[in-house]
Amino acid sequence: MSSLKIRSAILSCVLVFSLCAIWEVLTRQDVRSGELSEYEMLMGGAVPEAAVPPPSAVLALAWEQLTDPFYDKGPNDKGIGIQLGYSLYRVLSGYVLAALIAIPVGFVVGMSPLMYGALNPIIQVLRPISPLAWMPLALFIIKDSETSAIFVIFICSIWPMLLNTAFGVANVRKDWINVARTHELSSLRTAFAVILPAAAPTILTGMRISIGIAWLVIVAAEMLVGGTGIGYFVWNEWNNLDLTSVIFSILMIGCVGMLLDLVLSGAQKLVQYSE
Amino acid sequence: MSRSFVEVSGLGKSFPAKNAVPVVVYDNVNFALNKGEFVCIIGHSGCGKSTILNTLAGLDEPTTGAVIMNGREVKGPSLERGIVFQNYSLLPWLSALKNVEFGVKARWPEWSKAQVREHSVRYLNMVGLDHALERKPSQLSGGMRQRVSIARAFATQPELLLLDEPFGALDALTRGVIQQELVKIWSETQQTVFMITHDVDEALLLSDRILLMSNGPNAVVAESVHVDLPRPRQRTTIIHHPGYYTLRNYLVDFLVNRSGDREGFGPGAHPRAVNPLSQDSPSAEPEPAVTTRAIKQLAVS
Ligand SMILES: Nc1ncnc2c1ncn2[C@@H]1O[C@H](COP(=O)(O)OP(=O)(O)OP(=O)(O)O)[C@@H](O)[C@H]1O
Ligand SMILES: [Mg+2]
Repeated sequence: MSSLKIRSAILSCVLVFSLCAIWEVLTRQDVRSGELSEYEMLMGGAVPEAAVPPPSAVLALAWEQLTDPFYDKGPNDKGIGIQLGYSLYRVLSGYVLAALIAIPVGFVVGMSPLMYGALNPIIQVLRPISPLAWMPLALFIIKDSETSAIFVIFICSIWPMLLNTAFGVANVRKDWINVARTHELSSLRTAFAVILPAAAPTILTGMRISIGIAWLVIVAAEMLVGGTGIGYFVWNEWNNLDLTSVIFSILMIGCVGMLLDLVLSGAQKLVQYSE
Repeated sequence: MSRSFVEVSGLGKSFPAKNAVPVVVYDNVNFALNKGEFVCIIGHSGCGKSTILNTLAGLDEPTTGAVIMNGREVKGPSLERGIVFQNYSLLPWLSALKNVEFGVKARWPEWSKAQVREHSVRYLNMVGLDHALERKPSQLSGGMRQRVSIARAFATQPELLLLDEPFGALDALTRGVIQQELVKIWSETQQTVFMITHDVDEALLLSDRILLMSNGPNAVVAESVHVDLPRPRQRTTIIHHPGYYTLRNYLVDFLVNRSGDREGFGPGAHPRAVNPLSQDSPSAEPEPAVTTRAIKQLAVS
């Protein structure tokens, strides 16, 4: 088992290394070739920085940025840590707000077939709406770009949690409910002592899907609203034609997304049980 | 007429079926349990024993009829009726100890943590699980799970213990130990026990009375057999009692030859009380022929 883990770790290092090597070689050739691409000719050849940078340049920038992630030199020049911090703050506030509403509502929907029948069609219509489609409406009603971004996160992360909670609660084994009934547990005690732990793995799956979607959506939302955040940072660096920074931020987005997922999968392991 | 502790009258249960004709498991089951009595019910698989037990527990609504306990109709589950479910029904996210504590805490909410733990551990010790307190049900064998479930039900000390084949997954040795413990607990308390079993010897070892159920559908509790054997009974010595095989043959004969004979049992009536060991009972004559007939019958079927 552990030897398998070691071997896959080695293989994945080899893969990353060879991809970087190919990338490095290709971009070096690019730099050397004197011919102007169509785009460069259009821009009058005045864009030497616009070439795709080699991984060595990205690494150098990563070192520079990660050693000082929290510098702040005005609105257009903040460290990657600050930008990621803004994005994380928005994602977490929208997400926590969504969880606070989705889990109790999902509980009620899962417990009551009446509520399920009533709410299901509404949920099914709202769920497939791209969260960004809410943006104009949110900006108009809330009149604040920061809060609108949080609202968009809220609306995109609420559905998986709501549906999974309802599904998990509705499918708790009848036998376990009967154990609660024979011990004369109140509805509240039954909900907390039996239904919640029984449905917890399903609820956590929903929370994990939600955080993934929220992290996908925040980049797009921040590109739209601007100002701060990793999405805005990517867009801003693209406008500066600093592709090294763009690639570096893309990698950081991936790393943070992975960390968020790791946290939730850890939580999921804690509540997992086997029958 | 003095009322019994538990009275089951006119009990019927049918399940709606797709082809509009409902499945009638039983439609007129009558019997009574006296306070402090140990009663086993025997019948072929699928005749409706678990359904009766769930109705006694208050988990299942009867289609017709009612269960009266202590003069009050059973409307829902209660801590006064402890159950060992046929499929154990342990909470898989809790350890063995926590599963038992779950019941103890529900029964005595005012107890301290230490008290709850001490009481729960005592009952887990009793079923021989003191070494597996912290294990989750998925890490226990079938028999061990069954024992946790037994400990949970016994620990809450209900007035009426309802046991659905509680020893089915146990080996003969463990089964013997826990049977003795059950009898000990029962004889020390005022508890009444209603137990489903498939094992004729187990029923004879444990019960005061054995209810015999005919085959379904439309099953009835046909007879109530008085087990007139002296207590305390030991597994090893009870078989030498002169009446043991008379009783055993009577039960086996019922299961093998008579349980399917629907016309034999009048509907609506209470189960016919029989005492195979008393002289005036028609089936009291020593009858080794029954066994041979039963065994032949078994070999044929
Ligand atoms: N939900 C249900 N819908 C339809 N039929 C059911 C349902 N539950 C039980 N039955 C039927 O009721 C009958 C009695 O079931 P029950 O579980 O009480 O049998 P049992 O006597 O306990 O059998 P066993 O000894 O195998 O446990 C069976 O024939 C079963 O098919
Ligand atoms: Mg059964």
